[in-house]
Amino acid sequence: MSQARVVASSPFKKKGELAPPRRKLKTPWLFIFLCMSPWLFGMVFFTAYPMISSFYQSFTKFNLIESPKWIGLENFHRMFFEDSDFWQALKNTVWISVISIPLRIAFAMFTAWVLTKPKRGRNIYRTIFFLPSMVPAVAATMAFTYIFNPAYGPINRMLEAIGIKEPPFWFLDPKWSKWGLILLGLWGIGDTMIIFLAGLLDVPTSLYEAASLEGASGWQSFRYITLPLMTPVIFFSTVTGVIGSFQYFTQAYVASGQVNDYSHSMYFYATHIYFSAFRAYEMGYASALAWVLLVITLLCTLVILKTQKRWVHYPNGSLFK
Amino acid sequence: MQAREELEIQSAKARRSKKWNNFLHMVGNHSLLIALSAIFIMPLYLVIVLSLMSKGQAETRSLWPHPFVWHNYVEVFTAVPFLKWTLNTLFVSLMGTIGTVVSSVPPAYVLSRLQWKGRHTTFIILLSTMMLPGQVTMIPVYIIFSRLHWIPSFLPLIVPSFFASAFSIFLLRQFFTSIPDEISDAARIDGCSEFKLMMRIIVPLAKPAISAIALFAFLGSWNDFFGPLLYIVENEDLWTLGIGLNAFQGIHHVDKNMMMTASALFMAPVILIFFFSQKVFIEGVTLTGVKG
Repeated sequence: MSQARVVASSPFKKKGELAPPRRKLKTPWLFIFLCMSPWLFGMVFFTAYPMISSFYQSFTKFNLIESPKWIGLENFHRMFFEDSDFWQALKNTVWISVISIPLRIAFAMFTAWVLTKPKRGRNIYRTIFFLPSMVPAVAATMAFTYIFNPAYGPINRMLEAIGIKEPPFWFLDPKWSKWGLILLGLWGIGDTMIIFLAGLLDVPTSLYEAASLEGASGWQSFRYITLPLMTPVIFFSTVTGVIGSFQYFTQAYVASGQVNDYSHSMYFYATHIYFSAFRAYEMGYASALAWVLLVITLLCTLVILKTQKRWVHYPNGSLFK
Repeated sequence: MQAREELEIQSAKARRSKKWNNFLHMVGNHSLLIALSAIFIMPLYLVIVLSLMSKGQAETRSLWPHPFVWHNYVEVFTAVPFLKWTLNTLFVSLMGTIGTVVSSVPPAYVLSRLQWKGRHTTFIILLSTMMLPGQVTMIPVYIIFSRLHWIPSFLPLIVPSFFASAFSIFLLRQFFTSIPDEISDAARIDGCSEFKLMMRIIVPLAKPAISAIALFAFLGSWNDFFGPLLYIVENEDLWTLGIGLNAFQGIHHVDKNMMMTASALFMAPVILIFFFSQKVFIEGVTLTGVKG
């Protein structure tokens, strides 16, 4: 019986006969090269050459008009010892990463978890939750700076109506402006939430059933089933969150333009690079800033990668199979 | 007999209380979901409401327009060159989309459907460029474009998209890999060339993934602010919606309510596109874990 099935499944092989040698296909190198060429060209001219060039420029003084002048490590010295804006930008960036990355993860997981509950209507809610993440950043930021404006925005009026006596001045107050940006970010949580939702729906229901038979409480089954199985997603969002927050620009730039942010409370690392390069035209110094940014993000990523063995569970082995 | 009846009554009670419990759960879940939905909708609702108020009323923290000034939606086109900004944005986004699709399909095909030496390494390099912060390459790329005398013009915003985006290649590759190899083998045995195989068989099968990268590319440039800020800010004729809108506060005769009208119009196409194609989006995000 089993023999018959083998014969049936391999058309080349009859009993006692060798399979014909499989014709080895020649690798179509020309085709491969032609197909890869757009990417290769982009890789060389928009990635590899610029990387080398900006690395070199980071050791020079360069204002676009005169040719770059080698000044050794002076840019880096200036950055760490003379440039107070650099420290301000770094402080703001670290602050917002530390606060907003965990908040984003918790909020994304919470909204995704709520979405797994209903039997009907999930798609409608999912659409509503996801929608804000599609809104253009400029429009979203303008809307937020307006509706959160203490003088004419409706949000503070609503807060007063629910009994908050002195609601914050949000974007107008240096102490609160970053919280405004964090709320703006949480509003656009949709794409992160979708990943968490996919992860949560992947958790086998049999695990929960088993847990409830054993008498586990809701919190226990979250703590010992859901959370461990979600660690790969949490890990992924932490890494992309760190990379993202060092490039956080548009929202902060637009918001600080709308409210005249004199105290630099919304001045972030990417803003500092932009201003050094395209307002002050200090290309050499801006390149040095960009390379420090690359090193910082790499270090953060490495640290998270190093710790992942301790807290990330991959049910099917590694993420990169 | 009596024992059995009692048991039945008990189980009926249990069923009823279970039903009641389920009902309570449902009410709880939906109230939570509705509350969250209200929070997510609130800013969009406020933008629309404010966009319909008169100038005076828009500065009074009101929550409902009185009267409705529909005229705002006409006036915004005369107060600022809104139509020109829209057309500019549309042009850049469409060209960028075409560029991305045309140039990302072939590399993705080669990286997923063919076996060759160095494929794995190439893919790793591609993935690592996805993680590279744009700031590191930004300045030399700007210098290249300025040497070509392409600043200010749309070219720096459009041309790079014709050299493939790592993200699109990655998304397409994930999808191509899921198409069974037997399909290609059968076509190859029939003497089909690789190019034909790609265009006639794999591309039609991968329509969902291709529409996903097209949508992401379109929205990516529609929503882009940084690129236009670098390359077209100097020439007002080239302004996109993002740049124009951000400059709003500097244009003196434009009022706050008009700003919200313009924002609403800026968001509208994105929201419409999303409603008609959300499945594509959500699958795209789930497949790659990132947006755009």
